[in-house]
Amino acid sequence: MKVIFKTSYDNDIDLHEDGWARGRIALLVVVMAALPFLVGEYYLAEAANTLIWSLAGMGLMVLVGHTGQASLGHAAFLAIGAYTDVALMNIGVPWIISFPLAGLATGLFGALVAIPAVRMSGIYLAIATLALFVIVEEMVILLEPITGGVGGLMAPSIEIFGVNFDRYTNLNNFYWLCLAVVVAVTWLYANLLRSPTGRSFLAVRDSEVSARALGINITRTRALAFGLSCGMTGLAGSLLGHYIAYFNYELFSVFISINLLLVVTIGGLGFIQGAFMGAILITAVPQLIAILRGTVNDLTGIDLSVLPGLDTLIFSAILIGFIIYEPAGLWGRWLKTRVWFQLFPLARRDMFRRQKSYLKTERQR
Amino acid sequence: MELIQLVIGGVASGCIYGLVALGFVLIYKATEGVNFAQGDMMMLGAFVALGLVNSDYGALAFVPGVILAAAIMGGVGYGIDRLVVRQIIGQPQFALVILTIALGFVLRFAAGTIWGFSPLVLETPFAGQHMEIAGIIIGYEDMVTIIVTALLTLLLWVFFGFTRIGLAAQAASQNQMAAYIVGVPVHRINSLIWGLSGVVSTIAGVLYASKGAIDPNIGLLGIKAFAAAVIGGFGSLPGALLGGILIGVVEPVAARYLPGGISQMSPYIIMLAVLVTRPNGLFAQIYAKKV
Repeated sequence: MKVIFKTSYDNDIDLHEDGWARGRIALLVVVMAALPFLVGEYYLAEAANTLIWSLAGMGLMVLVGHTGQASLGHAAFLAIGAYTDVALMNIGVPWIISFPLAGLATGLFGALVAIPAVRMSGIYLAIATLALFVIVEEMVILLEPITGGVGGLMAPSIEIFGVNFDRYTNLNNFYWLCLAVVVAVTWLYANLLRSPTGRSFLAVRDSEVSARALGINITRTRALAFGLSCGMTGLAGSLLGHYIAYFNYELFSVFISINLLLVVTIGGLGFIQGAFMGAILITAVPQLIAILRGTVNDLTGIDLSVLPGLDTLIFSAILIGFIIYEPAGLWGRWLKTRVWFQLFPLARRDMFRRQKSYLKTERQR
Repeated sequence: MELIQLVIGGVASGCIYGLVALGFVLIYKATEGVNFAQGDMMMLGAFVALGLVNSDYGALAFVPGVILAAAIMGGVGYGIDRLVVRQIIGQPQFALVILTIALGFVLRFAAGTIWGFSPLVLETPFAGQHMEIAGIIIGYEDMVTIIVTALLTLLLWVFFGFTRIGLAAQAASQNQMAAYIVGVPVHRINSLIWGLSGVVSTIAGVLYASKGAIDPNIGLLGIKAFAAAVIGGFGSLPGALLGGILIGVVEPVAARYLPGGISQMSPYIIMLAVLVTRPNGLFAQIYAKKV
């Protein structure tokens, strides 16, 4: 196990532990950037999809993983991002302006909604966001001139300074664009977490009462977290719109919100890396199921496609398994495994045992 | 006259929302957790009853069939708590939210695999009959819904207020550790309440099925029932029922007199309005969180 020699207090909040960690991240970025030369078009499109999902996952992670607020309606913010971006592009705004504007608009909308919503806690907030989702879905259908209503609309292809980034004709460019956005947002997010603002998010999550005692304005912190989360999700939504190219309100169903929750919980609540792990899982599992289905059909002659909803069943089973046996998610599992290897003969079984807790009511008489 | 007709139909469908909401409130009162699979439990209850009663399947008489279905769903509810939910006791509420959402998908898959995804109709003895009072037509199924709901709410209120198990359940919800110390079998009480909520949701499902066809996706009605429970204030039985009736009445009235689209949004708009003005519902039980 490596011991890091710290020469100043500032080292405690360094973005990377040491040169090795920095090198690993740089290597990952380089490999990701070289991906168009390494894999075929099909896998590249899937990789772009995974990047978009991890962006949306990071959006929800700010809220659920780092501020401790639940949202069941994040598909609504994806929708707002996508529709704002396309609407702006349709009136002639170039993508390079409409994209940040879409994020900003979604973030502002989120923060506006958050001001009454943050007064609620836990379960109430989850339900309020669910209701918000239903309202946004209905609004999308009603606002037909902008959103195309039930028929849907076409996302125009992206062009920046004469370079085309269309998802079908220039997939490589589109992939690099997604990668650039995700890298930028991840870098900002990682830095946010070591700033006073990010630390106040964590404080609010861990104990509202102590956070308040330390002089943190709870309402403002929560509204800010909500706004940031929605903004990031809005950016993901606008990329998703371009990725799907032709979409209507059905793209942003309640299942998308639940899939996003799946991304953050299975990936690992409270870790940026978790959003990526979850996104990889959620885009890879349907492919694996399809392969499995083919194999089962070839080997035994049982046709699994007669069972619609098998995918959701498998997702649900994975989710239930993770909640019961590994609440820290995939990334948490990896951290535990790493510690086991680092300490090799000394790791003990109860090292990560969960603390026993019991429930006290929030209702007072 | 037209308005009265709409209101009566609204009260009847509101009773169904209210009953599903009662299922939430039961579990919330006893375990302080929210069961997002309640709508799907209602769906499964309706399908189990259909499987027992319809002539293509079990072909039992209506009342014994429904009672048997309620008993089976009580077992399902008990089992869900015993086998799955008990594993995460003491973890944050959010874990239970995600767990029950996933459970809802499992239940939907089970119903879809057994009964298929095409709409089916439950055979009831009172289908299609109605009576007329002073020019207002009341369907028998609406009458039955309203009466059964009123009785059930009364029974549950007595159960929580005056019986040993009901009081024990309230104690367990307020402080699990203290309840355990004074001898309340917290685990078993929780499982019993989940079973009871399964029974209530079966009754809601049967009443829902008496008004039209059912398919495995009717569980999404649960979202509306949530709105009902929130409007009433989670944790209040009569509140949940009143919230359900309010939503049930507003929906058809808004559909009739307001521009299109508002009607579908109305339950959620009311709910958000209630949440903003009275964050803990109209019949609040939460006062302030103490350290």
